[in-house]
Amino acid sequence: MASAKRKPGSAQPAVAPISETKVSEAAISEPKVSGAELLEFYRGMLLIRRFEEKAGQMYGMGLIGGFCHLYIGQEAVVVGMHSATRPGDSVITSYRDHGHMLVCGMEPRGVMAELTGRAAGYSKGKGGSMHMFSREKRFFGGHGIVGAQVPVGTGLAFAHRYRGDGGVSVTYFGDGAANQGQVAESFNMAALWKLPVVYVIENNRYGMGTSVDRASSTHDLYLRAQPFGIPALQVDGMDVLAVKAAADIAMAHVRGGLGPYVLEMQTYRYRGHSMSDPAKYRTKDEVDRMRSEHDCIDQVKKKLLDGGFADEAALKTIDRDVKDMIAEAAEFAQESPEPDPSELWTDVTAES
Amino acid sequence: MPIEILMPALSPTMTEGKIARWAKREGEKVKSGDVLAEIETDKATMELEAVDEGTLLKIVVPAGRDHVPVNAPIALLLAEDEEAPAVSAPAHPVKTKAPVETKAPVETKVPVEAKAPEAKAPPKPANGVPVAPAPVVHVPPPLAESEWTGKTVTMTVREALRDAMAEEMRRDDTVFLIGEEVGEYQGAYKVSQGLLQDFGPRRVVDTPITEMGFAGLGVGAAFGGLRPVVEFMTFNFAMQAMDQIINSAAKTRYMSGGQMGCPIVFRGPNSMSSRVGAQHAQCYASWYAHCPGLKVVAPYSGADFKGLLKSAIRDPNPVVFLEHELLYGQSFEVPAEGDHVVPIGLARVARTGDAVTIIAFSRMVQMALEAAEKLAAEGISVEVIDLRTLRPLDTATVVASVQKTNRVVTVEEGWSYAGIGAEIAAVVMEQAFDWLDAPLKRVTGKDVPLPYAANLERLAVPSVDEIVAAVKEVTYR
Repeated sequence: MASAKRKPGSAQPAVAPISETKVSEAAISEPKVSGAELLEFYRGMLLIRRFEEKAGQMYGMGLIGGFCHLYIGQEAVVVGMHSATRPGDSVITSYRDHGHMLVCGMEPRGVMAELTGRAAGYSKGKGGSMHMFSREKRFFGGHGIVGAQVPVGTGLAFAHRYRGDGGVSVTYFGDGAANQGQVAESFNMAALWKLPVVYVIENNRYGMGTSVDRASSTHDLYLRAQPFGIPALQVDGMDVLAVKAAADIAMAHVRGGLGPYVLEMQTYRYRGHSMSDPAKYRTKDEVDRMRSEHDCIDQVKKKLLDGGFADEAALKTIDRDVKDMIAEAAEFAQESPEPDPSELWTDVTAES
Repeated sequence: MPIEILMPALSPTMTEGKIARWAKREGEKVKSGDVLAEIETDKATMELEAVDEGTLLKIVVPAGRDHVPVNAPIALLLAEDEEAPAVSAPAHPVKTKAPVETKAPVETKVPVEAKAPEAKAPPKPANGVPVAPAPVVHVPPPLAESEWTGKTVTMTVREALRDAMAEEMRRDDTVFLIGEEVGEYQGAYKVSQGLLQDFGPRRVVDTPITEMGFAGLGVGAAFGGLRPVVEFMTFNFAMQAMDQIINSAAKTRYMSGGQMGCPIVFRGPNSMSSRVGAQHAQCYASWYAHCPGLKVVAPYSGADFKGLLKSAIRDPNPVVFLEHELLYGQSFEVPAEGDHVVPIGLARVARTGDAVTIIAFSRMVQMALEAAEKLAAEGISVEVIDLRTLRPLDTATVVASVQKTNRVVTVEEGWSYAGIGAEIAAVVMEQAFDWLDAPLKRVTGKDVPLPYAANLERLAVPSVDEIVAAVKEVTYR
């Protein structure tokens, strides 16, 4: 029953006193990542960043309605985690799900078209931002009720174990959800039955408008695993290499049949909880500081340039490719038609 | 051409706002994520962040201007590698798009192809209000149930349920049972007796007392390709799991455009027991029957319990299977061999008659039959319909009976407000009004939490005498 508090990578950059949680300085040796992998990380995070910025813009234009929760700032978490997954693993998360979908390989145009409520969207326009799925890519949603995805993700792990197929369920939830009773229930069953699940707590410091220290009696959320005997790590979620190192450790444990693992990713979202959140609960300084000192894409860009893995021109090419892909997705999402009215009645039951 | 920056909608209901302050000046460089301006709405002041990069060419709407409509152009941005145009930009909104290079088409793996824009338009009624075409009503096939003519054996309802589960588990390895005390305890009501011994702990899983958790776990297992049978010790405890049943199981096929069905059964005793008090005795039939995406089954006879549980386990939809503690010990004739499956969605005429129809489900079918016997002695011929399925409701059988008898009494243990009887009343009004010779009468549990004292409990739930009185009321006797 280990609850090691480790943060891999080089010296932790000073994190402003947003909460009292301190990230340990103890280092794990930097994961061996090739230049090509690093470039993939860069591209993957940039794709999410630009997609989300475009989604925000389109929401402002009235093309996307209802709820839209953007992942801007948190990109390193899904990109780093994804590098440790294999085909056949399952992924599930909350409503802040666009980044998770893109990293699973779902098409930007299919995601964007769902956001604009068109028939070509992943849910035929009937789900929206919070309710997209792909059996093919093993992405199981997209869930609107805080915390509900945690028992469901535990059930995906149960199915992997029942079938003996070696798959792992990667179940994401936030600092707000971490206080849900059903999370404790899930941890208990996962530990009891040694289910193959990696729980990833995306601690972006705010559950909607309430900071972690106003919502949680204890702030080191990875320690929630301790009463259930689940090993856990607290990770600098803004550093994709730290995320990857932690993901590799967790996956090795879980794939070895030793039961679940909990990773707390200390991360940050630059935008409000959703599009209608004026984010009055934090200072502009705090956001600016996180952005200028800890941005995950800037970190990788620096590593690429300093390490000689890519030059400015190569990065600019990636920037342009990503921009074009997003522009094409946005255009598709605006031009493609809404669902046929007959679709109002379909898919309620298997027979309809 | 310069890119137009439009006034954003900063909330789902915003239609206009005020430019409080520009954070950039004309000629200043703009990077993605930079704050361009502060916009005041009636609720808050929010920041407008730049998406495209370049230089702020022109501020079209100055700071301080109020009532700026959403999507009005407020500034022009010169993209990085563009030159400023010689003429000033047009005054009316023209949507300019960033130039898109044509490349080899990206292989799309989205499940539905974009239809050509000339998709068929919805029908327009005379007043011009667009309406979706009426749904195809799901009507169960006329004779989807074959009468059992083979050997039968007398067994209790709990044995019939156990056999149904055992047969389905033998037939399909993905079927498993999960719930509190289902394994080593042999079932809180001994329904799963012997199953752990026969199938082992992989297939029969004892859970901690965490309904929300294990209901959600069941949903995840179903998404992951298994067929869970989730037992709630009673449906009273399932209220803790209601979010998982409705929001995760029932709605997900629809929300996913058909991708994510949930082949799960939630089963257990529903409604009252004997003097267990209000928290342990509620009938949830109408709560679950209310929700599209679920099927809701409430059998009465042993053969139906067995045949319908088999159907429920095989059904690709989430099924809420309502049993009754007071029926577990009752004995019935049950098919002794073969694979007798009762289709979901079909009611059964438990007794034929022509003067009045009593519609009931679960334990109340027994009371209705007893009432019918008493009434026969007084010369009133009663038809009893055992609904068996509450959603989808077999309205065809109900309407056919009302057309024959012209009088209806409904019976249920649950409360009358928005109950199953209320739904049947609406259906009969809508579809059989002209055949009614009297208003429909509902016999229901009294509008109180169920009391403990034996005499009060008896008063709180329907009795045979009450049903007889109701029939006399609608027959004007």
